[in-house]
Amino acid sequence: MSLAIEQLSVSYGARTIIRDLSLPAMPAASLVALVGPNGAGKSTLLRALAGLERMKGRVVLEGEDVSRLGFAERSRRLAYMPQQLPPGIALGVLESIVAALRVSGGEDLLGTAYEALRQLGIEHLAEYPLDSLSGGQRQLVALAQLLARNPRVLLLDEPTSALDLHYQLRVMDAVRERVQEHRLLAVAVLHDINLAASHADWLVVLHQGRVVASGTPQQVLEPQLLARVYGVEARVERCSRDRLQVLVDRALC
Amino acid sequence: MAQTGVAQATRHYRRLLWRRVWLVTGLAALLALSVLGDLASGASGMGLGRLLQGILDPATLSATDRVIIWNVRLPYSLMAVLVGSALALAGAEMQAILDNPLASPFTLGVSSAAALGASLAIAYPLGIAWLQPSMQVTLMAFVFACLSVLLLQAMARLRGAGVESLVLFGIALVFSCNALVSLLQLLATEDVLQQLVFWTLGSLARADWNKLAILALVLAVLLPFSLRAAPALTLLRMGEDRARSFGVDTRRLRLASLLRISLLSATAVAFVGTIGFIGLVGPHIARLLVGEDQRFLLPASALVGALLLSLSSIASKLILPGVIVPVGIVTALVGVPVFVVLVFRRGRKL
Repeated sequence: MSLAIEQLSVSYGARTIIRDLSLPAMPAASLVALVGPNGAGKSTLLRALAGLERMKGRVVLEGEDVSRLGFAERSRRLAYMPQQLPPGIALGVLESIVAALRVSGGEDLLGTAYEALRQLGIEHLAEYPLDSLSGGQRQLVALAQLLARNPRVLLLDEPTSALDLHYQLRVMDAVRERVQEHRLLAVAVLHDINLAASHADWLVVLHQGRVVASGTPQQVLEPQLLARVYGVEARVERCSRDRLQVLVDRALC
Repeated sequence: MAQTGVAQATRHYRRLLWRRVWLVTGLAALLALSVLGDLASGASGMGLGRLLQGILDPATLSATDRVIIWNVRLPYSLMAVLVGSALALAGAEMQAILDNPLASPFTLGVSSAAALGASLAIAYPLGIAWLQPSMQVTLMAFVFACLSVLLLQAMARLRGAGVESLVLFGIALVFSCNALVSLLQLLATEDVLQQLVFWTLGSLARADWNKLAILALVLAVLLPFSLRAAPALTLLRMGEDRARSFGVDTRRLRLASLLRISLLSATAVAFVGTIGFIGLVGPHIARLLVGEDQRFLLPASALVGALLLSLSSIASKLILPGVIVPVGIVTALVGVPVFVVLVFRRGRKL
């Protein structure tokens, strides 16, 4: 299973956000992080992959151009998770997953929903109202909604935004485990470059709607690239546990 | 361990569903009681016993009593139920598709637009020979209601237009339509003016069996479609992108929902005039009772709306002895404090 992008372009009116973007096949069982500064086109690319933006080009999943598929068919293969579950929804946790699953049909919705919660270790929240949860717990529930659909590709738009350190790691660990266990592909927009370096198998660095680098974190993360893309003076060092760490010293004028 | 967990969660979920079924049934029972109370109240002093006997066996009635029961009390009470249901159902769907707790046919100007359309048809009849004048009024109210909902939809889709902009646009629509209705009233002859003023007051007194049949038909046809769309609407409440990413065609869902909202609110408003706050308050009370699952929220909203208007109908007969106050005045008087409470509870989230 692999996902490739061929000459993808997205425009809002006359303004082109992404121009002729191509990426070679991203293999299964890997977590791909889309990184880059604000306005680089990361979320737009993810939304285009999910079919939420009008696009030109091809999105090839296992040799099939999914951009030509109908709405429902495409959503069954590529599951998109928006940034946050909105507040003020009078639903329970389990109920919210069952309600989401009900739209696409299927059997044993309750069992499937509960299993998704269990896999993320939050089955004890099943009976809680959504509004009583913390931001991190809500994000895990949103992830459970996604996993319950059993998709082949997970598209995660800033899954750790507004989360504390504990939940940032829990969400990313959960995604990583699931990706490896079920040989899925996850593409996540991440702002935290260190989180991307520690959890992603592959980094795609976007700048002004173009791919400026892609590869493993070790191949991609270099001070020159960070200076060019983010406008910062930074060092890339290995910590005592042999992990890459980006240490930002100052913003370049 | 996992099996115990899933069994416990299943039990809890089923209990929740049963609780909602009972709540909806309870609302239906309360509505039945309220309708009986509405039927029993009136200036003629006819008691419930005689009234029920008259309904079950009309032959025992005098000519006067027959008119009171069949031409006044029954149409009046049933119209309260149907109009209340239609407005609250429209309000619930509107709140779901616009993701706005303050959306309702009244607050966002749909009722006012329908009133403008109806007023235009009263002041300047369309002259369609094959359509009864009352149906022409309904048609114009429907067309204007649709236009207002389409305007709201266009506004909601504008980039950068938040909830506040939408509510402000709705308020602007209310004032604009009301101003134009006032202009029509100013230019109208005395006869037409009387019809216009009476129409905008929002009264159940103009109920008759034809109107009841049409409104009942509209509700009977649309409610199954609303219930069919309920799972997708529940998902839409969790966010537009989430719904789309689950394969929901939100554009089609909204369009179909807007058509239902227009038809429901326009038919209701066209038949009884402007009746405020039922479409706003009904869904909120229902949401407090049964939560956000639209499979329960939509019927519960319809029942709460019907109950509120039925109770308002009773109040409209009791406030001033010997006078039936137009029910639109009663719902506005009761609805304003509830509306203020809702706004204050939401605070900055408005």
